[in-house]
Amino acid sequence: MRSRWQRFKESYFLFSFLRDPVAVTSFIILAILVIGSFGAPLIAPHDPYNPTTIDIMDSELPPAWSAEGTSKFLLGTDNMGRDMFSTMLYGMRISIIIGVGAVALQAFLGIIIGLLSGYIKRLDTILMRIADVQLSFSTYMIAIFIGAIFQTMFGVANYEKIAAPLLILIIGLAEWPQYARTVRASVLAERKKEYVEAARVIGLSKIRIMWRHILPNTLSPVLVISTVQVANAIMSEAALSFLGLGMPMTKPSLGSLITAGFEYIFSGSWWITIFPGVLLVLLILVINLLGDWIRDYLNPKLYKG
Amino acid sequence: MEKLLEIKNLDVDFALREKTLHAVRNVSLSINKGERLGIVGESGAGKSVLGFSIINLISKPGKITGGEIIFDGHDISKYSYEKMRKVRGDKISMIFQDPMMTLNPVLTIGTQMMETVKAHMDVSDKEAEAICLDKLNKVYIPSPEKRLKQYPHEFSGGMRQRIVIAISLLTSPNLIIADEPTTALDVTIQAEIMDLLLELCETENMGLILITHDLAVVSEVTQRIAVLYAGRVVEIGSAEQIITNPQHPYTQGLIKALPQMAGGEKRLNQIPGMMPSLFAMPSGCPFRPRCEICLEKCSKEVPTLTELANGTQVACFMREGGE
Repeated sequence: MRSRWQRFKESYFLFSFLRDPVAVTSFIILAILVIGSFGAPLIAPHDPYNPTTIDIMDSELPPAWSAEGTSKFLLGTDNMGRDMFSTMLYGMRISIIIGVGAVALQAFLGIIIGLLSGYIKRLDTILMRIADVQLSFSTYMIAIFIGAIFQTMFGVANYEKIAAPLLILIIGLAEWPQYARTVRASVLAERKKEYVEAARVIGLSKIRIMWRHILPNTLSPVLVISTVQVANAIMSEAALSFLGLGMPMTKPSLGSLITAGFEYIFSGSWWITIFPGVLLVLLILVINLLGDWIRDYLNPKLYKG
Repeated sequence: MEKLLEIKNLDVDFALREKTLHAVRNVSLSINKGERLGIVGESGAGKSVLGFSIINLISKPGKITGGEIIFDGHDISKYSYEKMRKVRGDKISMIFQDPMMTLNPVLTIGTQMMETVKAHMDVSDKEAEAICLDKLNKVYIPSPEKRLKQYPHEFSGGMRQRIVIAISLLTSPNLIIADEPTTALDVTIQAEIMDLLLELCETENMGLILITHDLAVVSEVTQRIAVLYAGRVVEIGSAEQIITNPQHPYTQGLIKALPQMAGGEKRLNQIPGMMPSLFAMPSGCPFRPRCEICLEKCSKEVPTLTELANGTQVACFMREGGE
C-alpha cells in the first residue's frame, strides 16, 4: 500500500491545483498571511497589547521610506504610537479567528438544521420558516442591537474581554440559514437515492442514516459556501468594527484599525487607514479566489475553456 | 415442512387525494424454510409493493390495511417501527435492482459492511471484520482484505451486486427478498449472479423470494412460482407445473410470449391490451378485458384461488368447474 503522502502527491486534486496559477498564487499569499498573523507574537517587532512598550510620542509617524519615518517603525505608527506592521498582524489574527469561528458556528447550526429539515418531513416547514425569518433580519441590525445591549450591560471596559466571542456568536447566528438551505437542498436530492433505501432495509437508525450516509454526500456544496462565508464573515466583522460595534481599539481588528485611521486621513496620516484596508482586501480576495478554484474542482461540469 | 413466512389476505392501499388505490389485494402466500419462491408479473402488478410490505417499508402514502404477515410465528406487519428495524437486515434482508445505486458512493465497502454487522450484532471490530471477510469469500470476491478498503466505484457492476449480496448475507438471515436482482446487469453476469444466489440459498438453507418479470430466470432458480396480476395472485404452484402446464389464461399468455429458440422466424405472441390502471379497475376478474375465454360470470364476480388436481391454485372460473 502506498503511503498517504504518496497518494496525495499522485492525486488529481494536487495536479489540478498545480496547473492553476491563480489558485497557487492565492494559496501562497493566504499561507503567508495566516502564518504571519498566527505567528505574530514571534514575528512582530513590537507588542501592541503591552502598553509599557508604547510611547505616545511616536504617534502618527509615517512609513519608514518617507522623509520623517524611522527604521524602527516599518509601516509607521497609528494615533496611539503603536507600530502599524505589528498591530496589523495581530489585527489580522483577530479577524481570521472571528471569521473562521463564526463560520464554524454557522456550519454547525446550519448542517444540523438542514439535515433535520431535509430528512424529517414533519420538521421541514417549521425549520425553514424560522430560517426565512432569520434571513429577513439584516446581520448588521442584529449585531448593532445585541452589541449595544452587551456594551451597556457589561460596561465598555468589560466589553473588551467578550468582544471576540460575542462577534463570533452574532455573525454565526445571523448567517446559518445559508448553510441550512444548501444542506437541505442536497438532502432532498440524496434521500430519494437507492442507497438510502438500502440503508433503511439493512435496519440502520434514522440518525445514523442522516449522519453517516447522507451527510458525506452533501459536503461538496458545503465546502464551497464555506470559503465564501469565511470571506463574508471577515467583511461583516470589519464593517461592524468600522461602525464602532466590533473589536475595541485596545484590541483592534483590521476593521477597527481602518476606523481609527479614518479620523486622521484628512490630516495626512493616510497609512493608518490604507495599510489595513489593503491587507483586508488582499485577504478576502485570495480566500474568494481559492473558493472559486474549489468550486471548479468539485464540479467537473464547469470546465474552464 | 416448517413455514418460514406466511402472508394471509394481505391488502396494501395507497390513499391518494381523489381515490384509494388497492395496490395489493387479498394476497396469500407462504414460504417454507429454505424454499425459493418466485413472484412474476408485469410492471405495475404490485410485485415490488408486495416485497416492500413484507419488511414494512412501503413508501408513503402506501399502507398495509388488512391481513397478516407471519414470520417465525410473529405477525410482523403489526410491529412498531423500532421493533421492525431490528428484524430488517437481521432476519430478513433485501437485494435491489441496481447495484450502482444501492451502495453509498462515499463510504468504503468495509465501512458499509461493518456498519450492518454492528447494527445487529454485539461484536468487536475484529470479529465484525472476520464476518465481512467470510461473506466476501462466499460470494467469490478475490483478495477480500484489500477490497474492504475500496470504494464502490472501484468495482464492476457484477462485483457490486455480489457485494450487495454479501451485505445481505452478513447477519445470516432466514429470508432474502431479491427485487429484480439481475435487471441492471448484462446477460452473462445475470447467470453468474443467479447461480450464486441459488448456491447460497442451498448451502445456508435460506428462504428466497425472487421478484422478477423474467420467467426464464424464475423457472431456473425457484421451486414455486406465484403469478401476480393487478395486485392479485392469479396462479400459484410448483415452478415446473406453471412453466409446462399453465392454467390461468394470463400465465398461458406470458409463457407464449417467451421467445423460443427452436421456433424460427415466427412473430412473438403477445397478450392483447394492457394491464388495467389501478384508477380504473374493471368489475369482476381484473384480467377480463384481455381474456379470450371469459364467461359472463367473470364480469360480476372476482374468481378466487381454487386448487386443481396437479397441485396448482388458479383464480379463474374456467378452471373452477373443470372444462
